[in-house]
Amino acid sequence: MAALTREQMLHMFRSMAQIRAFEYRAYELYREGVMRGTTHAYVGEEAIAVGVCSALNQDDTITSTHRGHGHCIAKGGDVNMMMAELLGKESGYSHGKGGSMHIADIDKGILGANGIVGGGMAIATGAALSAKYLNNGKVSVCFFGDGALNQGILAESMNLAAVWKLPVIFVCENNQFAMSARVQVMTSVEDLALRSIGFGIPGVNVDGMDVLAVFRATSEAVERARAGQGPTFIVATTYRFLGHHVGDPLNYRTKEETDVWREKDAIEKLRSYMLDNGVASEDEIAEIEKDVQGKVDVAANAAKAAVEPDPKILMDDIYK
Amino acid sequence: MAVASPPAAGTKVMTYAEALNLALREEMRRDPTVFVMGEDVAIWGGGGVFGVTKGLVEEFGPERIRDTPLTEAVIAGAAVGAAATGTRPVAEIMYVDFMTLTMEPIVNQAAKMRYMFGGKITLPLVMRAQEGAGRGNAAQHSQSLEAWFAHIPGLKVVVPSTPADAKGLLKTAIRDDNPVIFLEHKVLYFTKGEVPLDEEYTIPFGVADVKREGTDVTVVGIHTQVLEALQAAEELEKEGISVEVIDPRTVSPLDVDTIVTSVKKTGRLVVSHQAVEQGGVGGEIVARVVDAAFDYLDAPPQRVCGKNVPLPYAASLEREALPYKDDIIAAIRRII
Repeated sequence: MAALTREQMLHMFRSMAQIRAFEYRAYELYREGVMRGTTHAYVGEEAIAVGVCSALNQDDTITSTHRGHGHCIAKGGDVNMMMAELLGKESGYSHGKGGSMHIADIDKGILGANGIVGGGMAIATGAALSAKYLNNGKVSVCFFGDGALNQGILAESMNLAAVWKLPVIFVCENNQFAMSARVQVMTSVEDLALRSIGFGIPGVNVDGMDVLAVFRATSEAVERARAGQGPTFIVATTYRFLGHHVGDPLNYRTKEETDVWREKDAIEKLRSYMLDNGVASEDEIAEIEKDVQGKVDVAANAAKAAVEPDPKILMDDIYK
Repeated sequence: MAVASPPAAGTKVMTYAEALNLALREEMRRDPTVFVMGEDVAIWGGGGVFGVTKGLVEEFGPERIRDTPLTEAVIAGAAVGAAATGTRPVAEIMYVDFMTLTMEPIVNQAAKMRYMFGGKITLPLVMRAQEGAGRGNAAQHSQSLEAWFAHIPGLKVVVPSTPADAKGLLKTAIRDDNPVIFLEHKVLYFTKGEVPLDEEYTIPFGVADVKREGTDVTVVGIHTQVLEALQAAEELEKEGISVEVIDPRTVSPLDVDTIVTSVKKTGRLVVSHQAVEQGGVGGEIVARVVDAAFDYLDAPPQRVCGKNVPLPYAASLEREALPYKDDIIAAIRRII
């Protein structure tokens, strides 16, 4: 694996900062009452989406989760169209038909955020199947949380991917909680990567608060996949800084615990690394932060001002 | 059902299973992105429990005729992912009863992806399964679940009753850019009929077929019930009762127009399917006809359907649970 260039590192920082700014603004918009349904913030977990997607090509595919904004941004999703979709506007990715949990951009390999826990696992496996069938060299990544780790479909997907040596990478984002359920209480092994043993595929633990570590682990898995050696299971340990969604009572964990994890903030970690190693200056970093914030402001204002979808489109797109 | 007479030019008499096999073979030759996966579709008996995929692995190889583990949810889910990324999978679930294990990828994912994603994806996916009773397969291998799928916007649901329809509709399903649930009937696999050999023989969805014309009562049948209705019509003809038999061929989309036109002519409606009456497609057909042609009805529409019971094993009990020709005749007599 080649060493990371300065541009790659700056891109990673920008992408993580963009996700965080987007998510905080989404929360504000929800609290303002301009957003419907619910929203699940990815704040604190940015290093996983960005580390993984930085190891992929644009035409590689991902499936995402209900906490999917970060994956979409990391894979190149358009923040203006995402924000408009969150507000249910015509200019959104799906003209307001999908909302927060159903953002997709097929041209960028984003096969959809998903409202079903574990819903993307078999789909990612199928994308890898067609990649192998068409021999087009594409790799597919399935993001899922520690809650989805216990879904039966994961076993079926991992087994099929393993016996057919499909180019798929299963990325478990262990953010410690499935709604209020702690992973230690709901999962029978402490080392989640052990689950891969039964399928005969490599299981890799990685610090999900370290974007460079996630990038390295994913790059190795991508190499294996493209070489026809089949799937890899990556467990990235992280922490959900905010609640499950905006209305989370947070009565199942302490502020002290959250503070410990906030000390491990992946964005701060990369900032320090870049400053300590002369990769970027304070000014450059400040410029990036200002820029991503500006993009979110523009996206939010445009989304607020955008028109609602015409009711006439209600029945469109059920079929082609 | 002119099985005894010589086949017309350009057709060949074959079974329903052979017609499906021919459709698969022709479409796989035509389009290299079409592939088949499912349980025991390649090796077992030379191609499937009912022989539908017989000989295909010899012609197309194991990459295109893929035996899967016995894990239905990932068969369906992987087919969704493959269809979303440039191939046209035909996934087989051996018995429709096992499709209960695939409802998440089919109902939550396949049916909704195009809509949720603003129309920016196509999902050329065919899920084949066989359903139905009559062979003593008992409660977990005999259900007819077409109403489950017809209830979901975004799925097309196909129920062929003849070999020719089986071929033409399966070819249409494979060429369709949307998820199609293609339900075959286990008892019909061994029935024979003339099948066009034309490789462009396709049958559009949402077009019912009038299998027999008549003037006194309209009978809409699904799967085996088309054959039962045709037998009933022949018997009643001797008494001077003229029965029109309609096969919708697809229950979603449903060709309401053809059925309504027929009822306007006959003034009477009987609907028959093996699926249990409660919540079945028959209720939907009756409702649509009542809505569109209430003033034309001379009698209450009748349903002749499976009883609301899990399918029993013993022959006498299974027979009692299912609708046959005599039940259709009795229903017609009630309203004529």
